[in-house]
Amino acid sequence: MSDDVVGVKAAERGFVGGGADVASFEVDHRGPLRQLQHFLHKYPTTVPFIVLLIGVLIFSVAAGSRFFAILNLSLVLQQVTIIAVLGIAQTMIILTAGIDLSVGAIMILSSIVMGRLAVVYGVPPELAFLLGLLTGLICGLINGLLVALVRLPPFIVTLGTWSMYGAMVIFVSRSETLRQQDVAAAAPLLQWLGSSFKVPIPGWGTAIITYGSVLMILLAVLIWYVLNRTAFGRHVYATGDDSESARLAGINTKRTLIATYTAAGLICAIAGWVTIGRIGAVSPLAGQNANLDAITAVVIGGTSLFGGRGSIIGTLVGALIVGTFRNGLALSGVEVLWQEFAVGALIIIAVTIDQWIRKISA
Amino acid sequence: MSVVPVLEARGLTKRYGRVVALDHADFQLMPNEILAVIGDNGAGKSTLIKALCGAVIPDGGEILLDGRPVHFKSPMEAREAGIETVYQNLALSPALSIADNMFLGREIRKTGALGRWLRLLDRTAMERRARQKLTELGLMTIQNIGQAVETLSGGQRQGVAVARAAAFGSKVIIMDEPTAALGVKESRRVLELILDVKRRGLPIVLISHNMPHVFEVADRIHIHRLGRRLVVIDPKEYSMSDAVAFMTGAKRPPENVLAA
Repeated sequence: MSDDVVGVKAAERGFVGGGADVASFEVDHRGPLRQLQHFLHKYPTTVPFIVLLIGVLIFSVAAGSRFFAILNLSLVLQQVTIIAVLGIAQTMIILTAGIDLSVGAIMILSSIVMGRLAVVYGVPPELAFLLGLLTGLICGLINGLLVALVRLPPFIVTLGTWSMYGAMVIFVSRSETLRQQDVAAAAPLLQWLGSSFKVPIPGWGTAIITYGSVLMILLAVLIWYVLNRTAFGRHVYATGDDSESARLAGINTKRTLIATYTAAGLICAIAGWVTIGRIGAVSPLAGQNANLDAITAVVIGGTSLFGGRGSIIGTLVGALIVGTFRNGLALSGVEVLWQEFAVGALIIIAVTIDQWIRKISA
Repeated sequence: MSVVPVLEARGLTKRYGRVVALDHADFQLMPNEILAVIGDNGAGKSTLIKALCGAVIPDGGEILLDGRPVHFKSPMEAREAGIETVYQNLALSPALSIADNMFLGREIRKTGALGRWLRLLDRTAMERRARQKLTELGLMTIQNIGQAVETLSGGQRQGVAVARAAAFGSKVIIMDEPTAALGVKESRRVLELILDVKRRGLPIVLISHNMPHVFEVADRIHIHRLGRRLVVIDPKEYSMSDAVAFMTGAKRPPENVLAA
């Protein structure tokens, strides 16, 4: 806001000094670039959609039918499920102008709690599952309390809890991996999200969809609804946009932050459940890259790291972009290092575009 | 003095460590008037205003609304009592729409199960009421109620913030430097807007550094100095340079005015 005020004042000085001609010139003729800027400002999710479309087109040419087979595309969907679910949690946090570096650790800790309680300690799977979700919720609550009440920067809070939750992973798991067949015997519920069903598409092939992917979609719809159709969602955006203004406008920003971090923790626990489904086993080493990949998906999806703007749909598309580029480049015979390179470039381009869109003025 | 002040403060004190921001400050806002509050930087006028709108809890003294003592612990409580504040930074959320901003913190939910159980917002109702309020205040040059606030000009933003205050304020509207960031034309419109709100019967507290604006719209001028009310003057009886002289301590107000 203060920047805006300075900008307005500067603009006025320019107005006075430059005379009316300059000003009317600027107002009357919007160049195509400015029009594009306004369009993207209004529909920011367009960029990731276009990138995804271009990616699919390029890889369909480069890798041909190996890439653009329905079986492969449904595989991409399976591959992105974990980072998309984590990304949904991360989106909520980033919308409040925060960041949660501990999402990956919460995810693994929750999955370990579920798995060990059910497999090692013989707790009924349903109860073990709920206690796993509770673990994630408590981890998120701790983050939220530290950010909102102790008023520490989210980066510092979650850098700290990332280590702490990571240590808890080792403590609780005793660095042991629970084998797939043991989990299957003791708690099939935990692996359920990995099971799949076939969707035949006439003339193209058969898609294999896991229940995890279905859950991902349902979760995205739910959080989209909460963010866009409830007062709480508006408060999340307002808090991230300008926390002081939101507070003065009568929003309880502390409660909003605590609720957001807690909800994100719960969603991370759900991501932990998805992870067990995806790999079958319960491992303290699972999903090592998921943490940063989720942030990548959020950023590429057009959600601003400065808070207050972005969307769940963008994050889903962002996750699909990461998955598509990894899969497509691999099938095109490109080395892994160039896949990483491409993802890195995408992040920088996405943030550059975000900065440009934010510079908009009337 | 048969008329009860709408908003009154008696002997307010507030200390920040060793700094005394309010030193037994008094304040009176009468029905249907525009009361300007002026004072040098550091005179404590912003602390006074914050105490009146609930953003600061005074250490001592009392605040009366319609003659009844009130103790606000947050801006929310002051709002619920009917005191709306247009802050200098406007307290708008740039990325949210005009309608979203006007109802920020007091959104309307759908009636019935959708609203109660699914907490679904009633967008149509909010947009209708926002449009209605902006039209009433002659601000519907703003074309699209779903437009993000950051795409509006400074004056239009001020208009949205004032419309929000006017829509919900039932007793008092406090405006903090409403013209400070605006150009000449836009300031004009905002001043007209202030007079318009007054015509609707709402008393206004106007904090401003801009003497011409203060003298143009204010019915009375409260001059704050060294943490307390120095004097309240009638802008028709004193010149701007008198006001500035009182404010800075260059000149002492006459004893008969001080007693009032």
